[in-house]
Amino acid sequence: MQVMNKVYNNTLYITLSGELDEMTANFVRNKLDEVMQTKGTKQIIIDLSELEFMDSTGVGVLIGRYKKMREVNIPIFICNPSNTAEKIFKMTGLYDIMPKIG
Amino acid sequence: MKNEMTLIIKALSINESFARTCVAAFCVGLNPSLDEINDIKTSVSEAVTNCVVHAYPDKVGDIKIKVSINNDLITIFITDFGIGISDVNKAREPFYTTKPEQERSGMGFTVMESFMDDVEVFNNGNSNGLTVKMCKKIANVNYQVMGA
Repeated sequence: MQVMNKVYNNTLYITLSGELDEMTANFVRNKLDEVMQTKGTKQIIIDLSELEFMDSTGVGVLIGRYKKMREVNIPIFICNPSNTAEKIFKMTGLYDIMPKIG
Repeated sequence: MKNEMTLIIKALSINESFARTCVAAFCVGLNPSLDEINDIKTSVSEAVTNCVVHAYPDKVGDIKIKVSINNDLITIFITDFGIGISDVNKAREPFYTTKPEQERSGMGFTVMESFMDDVEVFNNGNSNGLTVKMCKKIANVNYQVMGA
């Protein structure tokens, strides 16, 4: 599991690569909390095009990050979810708090 | 055609990827679509995660996974021998979790119910623990691939 990030025009781009489940959730949670501290960030875009697997444990991780970023008024957006991730996000209402873009 | 396999693993998160991949590999002979195989993988992952997170508070117990294939019907039993669930109906409600401080979504059973055709959850009759029984019919079974 890898978490890659770069900043461009005050937007923090994060790419999740690999499998996000119970095994990797803590790593992803801690890594996201670390990179989301990047100074000057006004919005965050999480790219899931390289995410090979995710279950509802991953949704818990994302909702947790949303709650933290909401406190500092930084919105998070999702792009390139797989069919399966898309179904899970719609079912759980994740898109209501992290809209899909792209 | 009938086929069956049983897998016993320790309730460790490192085994989740192995468990869902193993079940998917066993089912792939039915010629499922990519969406169908991902639905199965995700549902297995949800059930196994429940065993890993909830079933054994004080030890690392076993998870038994049995997969039966009967023509186009896949039936998966995921059993633990842990503490069970006192109110199964409550546990199945969307967003219900006993561990909100761990950022758990409480959506595991909801995902299983959505991705599989039928889900039953019951405490084991004559031993400790819980069994999740999930069924899914594969739409376009290729019997030639199955060797039938």
